[in-house]
Amino acid sequence: MRLPKSLTSWFYVSPLLLVLIPFFVMPIIVVIAASFMQGDGFGGIVPTFTWENYQGVFSEKLTWNLYLSTVKFTILTWFFTLIIGFWIAYYLVFHIRSELLAMGLFLLCTVPFWTSNIIRMISWIPLLGQNGLVNMALVGSGVVKEPLKVLLFSDFSVVVAYVHQLTIFMIVPVFNSLARVDKRIVEAALDAGASRWDIMRRIILPLSRSGIALGSIFVISIVMGDFFVVKVMSGGNSASVVAALFENISVLQYPPAAAHAVVLMIVVVLMIGAILRTVDIRKEIAQ
Amino acid sequence: MKAPVIRPPLDRRPWTFYVLTALFVSYVLALYGPMLCIYLLSFQDLRGGLVFPMKGLSVHWFVDLFTQVRTGDVKGSFDRSIKLAVLVTLITVVVSFLAGMAFRRRFRGDTAVFYLMIGSLVAPGLVLGIGIGLLFQFFHLEPSWFTSALGAQLSLTLPFGVLVMFAVISRFDRRWEEAARDLGASPWQITRMVVIPILLPGLVAVALFGFTLSYDEFARTLQTSGSLNTLPVEIWTMTLNVTSPSLYALGTVTTIVSFIIIGVCLGSIAQMQKRRAMRKATH
Repeated sequence: MRLPKSLTSWFYVSPLLLVLIPFFVMPIIVVIAASFMQGDGFGGIVPTFTWENYQGVFSEKLTWNLYLSTVKFTILTWFFTLIIGFWIAYYLVFHIRSELLAMGLFLLCTVPFWTSNIIRMISWIPLLGQNGLVNMALVGSGVVKEPLKVLLFSDFSVVVAYVHQLTIFMIVPVFNSLARVDKRIVEAALDAGASRWDIMRRIILPLSRSGIALGSIFVISIVMGDFFVVKVMSGGNSASVVAALFENISVLQYPPAAAHAVVLMIVVVLMIGAILRTVDIRKEIAQ
Repeated sequence: MKAPVIRPPLDRRPWTFYVLTALFVSYVLALYGPMLCIYLLSFQDLRGGLVFPMKGLSVHWFVDLFTQVRTGDVKGSFDRSIKLAVLVTLITVVVSFLAGMAFRRRFRGDTAVFYLMIGSLVAPGLVLGIGIGLLFQFFHLEPSWFTSALGAQLSLTLPFGVLVMFAVISRFDRRWEEAARDLGASPWQITRMVVIPILLPGLVAVALFGFTLSYDEFARTLQTSGSLNTLPVEIWTMTLNVTSPSLYALGTVTTIVSFIIIGVCLGSIAQMQKRRAMRKATH
C-alpha cells in the first residue's frame, strides 16, 4: 500500500513540528496570554484579564528611549555588517580566482561563528579598555595625549561587538547569491561596453538582493532581541528593550515583561515583513 | 567577419582588488586578533590582570578555574554542556534530515511549516526562554537542562539544520535515486545505501551546527536550564562578577573544545570529498 504523497511529507516533518509546537508556538502563546494578566508579585500569574501591562508599556517615557536606543544600535550594526559583509563576499567570489582558495578563505571567516559569542565579546576588553592595546598604541604613537575612555563601555564598543559577531550573517547569504551569478553575464556586459560601475549597479547588486535581504533579517532580529552584548559592552550605560525585560523578570515581574516582549515581537515581525515583501526567501533558500 | 576582440591580459588586477584585499585582511585580523589576546592573557601567572602587558607565564588561572569555589561550578556545567550538545546534535541531525527530505517536493501546508521554522529561528531567545519557563510552570513541570533547555536549544538548532539541509539537498541529483529504484531497491534500501551516503558530508555539517550552537547557546538557555547551569550561563555569571584572568582561561578552554569539534567535522568532510574525487578519477 502506498500512502498519498502529501501524507508522507507530513510524516517526515512531524518530528520537526513535535519540537516547534511545544517549544516555539506554545511558549509564544503563553507569553501573549501572560501579557494580559496580573502578576502576584512573587513570580506567579493571576488569570484575570487586564490592559494594565500595555498601559504601563505605552505610558512610560522609558519605553520610547529603549526603542530609540535599540533601533539606533540595529541601524548602525546593520549598516556596518552590510558594507563589510557585502564587500568581503564580493571579494571572495569575483576577485579570488582559485575556487579552492576562495573556499578556504570563506571557511576562515566562518570558523569563529562556531565558537562562543560571549567569549568573542569579552575578548574586546583587553583591547579597548583604558589600559588596553588600542589606547597604548594611540598614546604611544602620540595621536592622543590621554587614553580614550569612549572605547570601552560605550555605544562604540557595543557596535564593535555586534559587528564583530554578526558580519558573518551577511557574508554567508551574500556569498551564496553571488556565487550563483553566471560569470558569462558579466563578460557579456563588458563586451557590450558596460563600465565596472554599470556592472555593479545593474548586475551584481540586483542579483545579490536576496542574499542581502536574508542577511538583514538575521542581523536585525538578533540585535533587536539581544540583551547581553548591550549589558556587558555598554557597562550598564545603555539599555535595550530585551535588557529592560530581563530586569523585569529578575524581580519576577512576568506580566509587564510579557507585554514588553509582545510589543517587541510585533515591531520585529513588521520589520522582517517589510524585508520579505522585497524578496521571496522561500524560493531563494529551498530551490 | 569581425576579428576576435583581444582582451587585456587577465593578470592585471584593478585597483579595487588591492583595496578589497586590505579590507579582507583587516577583517580577518579583527576577527581573530581579540580572541588571540585573551588566549595569551589566560597564561599569565598569579600577578596577571585583565589587560596587557603579560605578567609572567603559567597555567595558574586554569588550575584556579577548576579548583576554586568562587568561580562557580565550572566542571559540572562543562560536563552538562557537552552531554546536552551531544543530545542536541543527534536529534538535530535526524530531524533535519527527515524534514529536508519532506521539503524536496511541495506539499499542502509546506509554506506554513517553513515560516514556522523561520519564526523559531529569529524569535528573541530570552522571550522564548521566558515563554518556555512559564509553560513549564503552568503544567507544574520542573525545568531542567535535559528537558526545557533541550527543547529551547532545539528550537534554534533545528531551523538551522533544516536550512543547511536545503543547501545540501539542492545539489543532490535525483537520478541516482531513480537508478537505484530501477535496479529494484526498496525505499529503505534507497535511503540507506544511496541517499544517506551521498548526503553524508552535509549531515556532518548539520552536526557541526547542532553541536556548536548548543554548546555556546545562552539566551534561550538562561531561563530554561533550571537549577543546574550550562557552561555559557556559567560564563555569563562570571562576566558579571569575576575580574581575574580565570575568565580568560575559561574562554581558552571552551574555544579549544570548539576548535576540536570544528576540526574533526571539517576534516572528515574534506576527507570524504577527497575520497570521492579519487574514486571518480580511477573510474
